[in-house]
Amino acid sequence: MSLKLENVTTTVGGETHIDNISLELSPGTLHVLIGPTLAGKTSLMRLMAGLDKPSTGRVLVDGEDVTGVSVRLRSVAMVYQQFINYPSFTVYDNIASSLRLTRLSNHEIDLKVREVAITMRIDPLLDRRPAELSGGQQQRTAIARALVKDARLLLLDEPLANLDYKLREELRVELQELFKRRETIVVYATTEPSEALMLGGAAVVLDEGRKLQSGPTLEVFQNPASVAVANIFSDPPMNMIDGEIVDGEARLGEDIRLPLDGHLGQLSPGPYRFGVRAGHLSVVSSPGHEFRFGATVDFAEVSGSETFIHIRHGGAAWVVQEQGVHSFDLGQPIDVFLDAARLFVFADSGRLVAAPAPAGGGTPR
Amino acid sequence: MRPRKGTIGLILYFLLLLLPIYWMFNISLRTNADILNEFALYPADPTFANYMKIFTDPAWYSGYINSIAYVAMNVLISLSVALPAAYAFSRYRFLGDKHMFFWLLANRMAPPAVFLLPFLQLYSTFGLIDTHIAVALAHCLFTVPLAVWILEGFMSGVPREIDETAYLDGYGFPRFFLTIFVPLIRSGIGVTAFFCFMFSWVELLLARALTDTVAKPIAATMTQTVGATGLDWGLLAAAGVLTIVPGALVIWFVRDYMAKGFALGRV
Repeated sequence: MSLKLENVTTTVGGETHIDNISLELSPGTLHVLIGPTLAGKTSLMRLMAGLDKPSTGRVLVDGEDVTGVSVRLRSVAMVYQQFINYPSFTVYDNIASSLRLTRLSNHEIDLKVREVAITMRIDPLLDRRPAELSGGQQQRTAIARALVKDARLLLLDEPLANLDYKLREELRVELQELFKRRETIVVYATTEPSEALMLGGAAVVLDEGRKLQSGPTLEVFQNPASVAVANIFSDPPMNMIDGEIVDGEARLGEDIRLPLDGHLGQLSPGPYRFGVRAGHLSVVSSPGHEFRFGATVDFAEVSGSETFIHIRHGGAAWVVQEQGVHSFDLGQPIDVFLDAARLFVFADSGRLVAAPAPAGGGTPR
Repeated sequence: MRPRKGTIGLILYFLLLLLPIYWMFNISLRTNADILNEFALYPADPTFANYMKIFTDPAWYSGYINSIAYVAMNVLISLSVALPAAYAFSRYRFLGDKHMFFWLLANRMAPPAVFLLPFLQLYSTFGLIDTHIAVALAHCLFTVPLAVWILEGFMSGVPREIDETAYLDGYGFPRFFLTIFVPLIRSGIGVTAFFCFMFSWVELLLARALTDTVAKPIAATMTQTVGATGLDWGLLAAAGVLTIVPGALVIWFVRDYMAKGFALGRV
């Protein structure tokens, strides 16, 4: 099966929720919709599922127009961000509910339910009701419900967003394994770049109802087509600074001067916006990070085993991501080190003109 | 000391509340001569003669049967009309939905007496006077809006995604509604039924005006105990006690959800 959206637009009460999006989704691939909240991820999924009808444009399944076809007649399964199960049914009946509407015998249904329950590790809970389960178990049930259907289109709308950190990590790994074995079109919506990168597949970057960029996830991450994509697909958002290329060197902000090496080499003189991800800045000098500039600390926050140092250089507010737990005083002047090989260069219009060569090995940040 | 003071206060309050009911029960167990002769805190010589008369005299017990018949009809009609209406108000947006929803409740604000004349005229045209269904339908004017409001509140508490999940699963609307949705708002349906019951059970004006002999409600029978010999106190009190019983029974079943019902399901 292939799913194709052709110039779909939805307007609700004069507001445009989806703005002229065309997409082609192929089976056996995981498609990640990435975008901030209100980007239109859920709206787009509802269009794919057939829960909503686009105002204009067409939805094609295997080349056949299904724009107005009821969701009941399509082969779709969906997992919501909220844990949606039938509260009055047991876990077993919840999983079996869609199968009971098919022509399968009770024995076949039983086999399938138990199999998927074991995969989602909820087999000891089959007799309980959803209200007696923890959040993670409820979402496992919801995912099991979706998986057991063997639908040709599987939609997951931020399925892990309402779970705590540990559970999220655990389920993410399991889901990744599950998706690999499927011949379905899987669409997965997320706000988190790290989740998108982990799932891989193909990414579609959305913002304010528009498609900004699509392509293999890693490629989009390494070559964000615009400043907006770079911000959405970096966590924290990519640090941006205005600068220019004059006299054979790049001048960033007030006093950063960089030679035009590597990917910066072919750039013609003129004004640019330079971007660098927080992970590619450092407060300690190391090979690669040799360009030093002065900044003051606005504040620092510790998250897990990492420290995010919010700094100010000239007028620009930047974030430096540093491994380990560090403490800094407010307003403390520090030296920040920059790796010129990791700079993204955008034209004044916001379009990408030069991206760093992909780093060999190491996790992309 | 405070909790004990509170307890005493509560006990006093309940005694005050229960006093009239107890007094009615007390009178119902005594003969008329006894009631009029002396003041007694409890019946010295209890008799069930009053109750026996109600259970054996068709003029009396048919009153209960009539009341129960039209109340049951009213509850059934109200629920079967209000369930789909409330679902529509809770799940769909349509032209003028908010105005219509409010207008339903505004209907509730008119006193039943206002509608008495039109009802009489209308029902006599269709030959419905003195039938159970006439009273049941007349009461629907008041119970349906109430039922729609209460049920809408309960239904809006069920996430819309449940409906969508059912459609994704392949459920048709009737099957989804009956097997998945209705069980989720069971308590709401119970409370709604209670409020419909309560209105219809105690409403006297319409019930009396629209009936004659065949469908005469118990409350109307009770107003006719004034005979040439004066009031039949004991009989009236016994009838009163029996009128409370069905209401008390229904309250027992929905006691946990009453508060939510009074808030029209919006807690």
